[in-house]
Amino acid sequence: MSILVNENTRVICQGITGKAGAFHTKGCKDYGTKMVGGVTPGKGGETVEGLPVFDTVTEAVEKTGANASMIFVPAAFTADAILEALDAGIEVICAITEGVPVLDMVRVYELVRRSNSVLIGPNCPGVITPGSCKIGIMPGYIHKPGKIGIMSRSGTLTYEAVWQTTNLGLGQSTCVGLGGDPIVGTNYIDLFRRYEDDPQTEAILMIGEIGGTAEEEAAAYVKAHVSKPVAAFIAGRTAPPGRRMGHAGAIISGGKGTAAEKVAALKDAGIEVADSPADMGAAVAKALGKKRK
Amino acid sequence: MKIHEYQAKDLFRKAGVAVLRGKVAATADEAAAAYGELGGELAVVKAQIHAGGRGKGTMKEKPEQRGVQLVRSADEAKKAAGNILGNTLVTIQTGAEGKTVNRVFVEEGCQIARELYLGIVLDRAAAMPVLMVSTEGGVEIEKVAEETPHLIHKVHFDPHVGLQSYQVRKLCYKLGIPSSSFASADKFMRALCRLYVSLDCSLVEINPLVITKSGELVALDGKVSFDDNAMFRHKELAELRDLSEEDPAEVRASNTGLSYVKLDGNIGCLVNGAGLAMSTMDIIKLHGGEPANFLDVGGGANEQQVTEAFRIILSDPNVKGVLVNIFGGIARCTTIASAIVAASKAVGFSVPLVVRLEGTEVEEGKKILRESGVKLITADDLTDAAKKVVAAVKQ
Repeated sequence: MSILVNENTRVICQGITGKAGAFHTKGCKDYGTKMVGGVTPGKGGETVEGLPVFDTVTEAVEKTGANASMIFVPAAFTADAILEALDAGIEVICAITEGVPVLDMVRVYELVRRSNSVLIGPNCPGVITPGSCKIGIMPGYIHKPGKIGIMSRSGTLTYEAVWQTTNLGLGQSTCVGLGGDPIVGTNYIDLFRRYEDDPQTEAILMIGEIGGTAEEEAAAYVKAHVSKPVAAFIAGRTAPPGRRMGHAGAIISGGKGTAAEKVAALKDAGIEVADSPADMGAAVAKALGKKRK
Repeated sequence: MKIHEYQAKDLFRKAGVAVLRGKVAATADEAAAAYGELGGELAVVKAQIHAGGRGKGTMKEKPEQRGVQLVRSADEAKKAAGNILGNTLVTIQTGAEGKTVNRVFVEEGCQIARELYLGIVLDRAAAMPVLMVSTEGGVEIEKVAEETPHLIHKVHFDPHVGLQSYQVRKLCYKLGIPSSSFASADKFMRALCRLYVSLDCSLVEINPLVITKSGELVALDGKVSFDDNAMFRHKELAELRDLSEEDPAEVRASNTGLSYVKLDGNIGCLVNGAGLAMSTMDIIKLHGGEPANFLDVGGGANEQQVTEAFRIILSDPNVKGVLVNIFGGIARCTTIASAIVAASKAVGFSVPLVVRLEGTEVEEGKKILRESGVKLITADDLTDAAKKVVAAVKQ
């Protein structure tokens, strides 16, 4: 088992004829993901990496039975691409694109939440169930099938955590990059629910960062509803207020969204918090030894 | 992207949000002329910088002069503008170094009955914009939020539907605005919410929003910033950008596709990925050092970007050592290593350089570094890297 994606997931790439789309389609295919096609309006009938290209997502779904999509279209067209995937009934929509206007996401968010589809991202590395299905830009080889569910707002910091858990022999059930934007389709709580129900996941590692209150909300949820061991790390303890730290969502505003507040909330929920980014794997290993309830 | 008050008010006027008449001036003489053109007795000379707290802030060179000054004659306008222009305004938001003032806004006075606060921001948890108002106008809203949160009233609005009249009435009742002013409030608030959506704002703040003695709502101040990600569809707003308000190194970084924020420490950092870059700062601090910057070279860092990144980091005279921390994913360690070698040769390092590489093709990458002849300290993992750079700087 795993969450969101597995060896039966059939994936298309929206924006497959672009440079990044083609490159990562090959990467996912090489990893063993069932890539079944791609979509670029006006380029239907072409092939990329031996895969058929369609003009619309609906047509791609009809012809290939795709149930997941990774989106590499430019930021200006990302909202449209997400809604097209939603309309075609794609179950897991992964928007990798960085730089989507936040009001576009306000418009998309409500529609996604009312549907049966799951949106991961935007501005994220993607989702991977090691050994079965990789959708996104993460380096596949650092992962190893195993028992830790990892979710994060960051890209390379997630790789760091994955690498640590791989080296400790723990491995991962499914890793999800939530995305670094202020509004993303899926949050920690959505995934806590799924990890809690997934028999393969024995412990959960959440990686947060400054800005917003998603970590505090997640902490409250864990306290009330999660029985599996949880560990966490928060990036940005040294970040100054009022400055955006790379990610559009990583900003302390009006004194809110500091690392200290988040760490306090997580600890209060009985979560094992790593003080150093070098100890994320160690923290989840430590948590693994303790049942929460 | 932030803009000045006078620019924000221009946008307000075009959107149907009530503002007072005013003129921008770059010299004391222009300020005096502006006073004359406005024609009234009372006017206000306001320093234009991208920071709040101007009314309480003082000029570094002329401590008796504040950033906002009431004037009653052309001479007074000229004198105030002369004191402010070209000098440095220090407010609670600028830090001790302050900001140079290049323009003043000369605005007509008005008869104030009440001062309120109004702000529109994105509520991330609700995934919707939220309009906030408070009776506590003219003071620091963060303080109000902290000490008396019940005095801040909020309504969310859907960007498609816009703010509705009932929502305005709801806020008016909370604020104790008399029904005779409802029409003015309705026009003002709904226009402002439309502006927030149509221009892809990330913040609109009016503090104070005043109710005049004749019962009209007027924006006495105006603070607007835009979502950088949406600027592609607002080409007309690009000309409002004031580069003199931004840190030159940060502007240079953004032109190269790098994300850089200057900090106060002495250890420069070059990292791929925003989360890892923040964590690198954190681990330096954890081991007793102080980061000099945040710098994310992005996922596909190339030689040109790494070179520019090194140049930017070293342009900060405080930097006594540099830590490069790369987790190669799609960007291979070999590519990064070659870029580091080429860049350090081009830039000429005078301070210790610690490099930690991990990920795709790491062994080959380390080999490139070893055989390059470039003087650097290699580190095995994050902790090792942090300890080594902290030690190198202390020597």
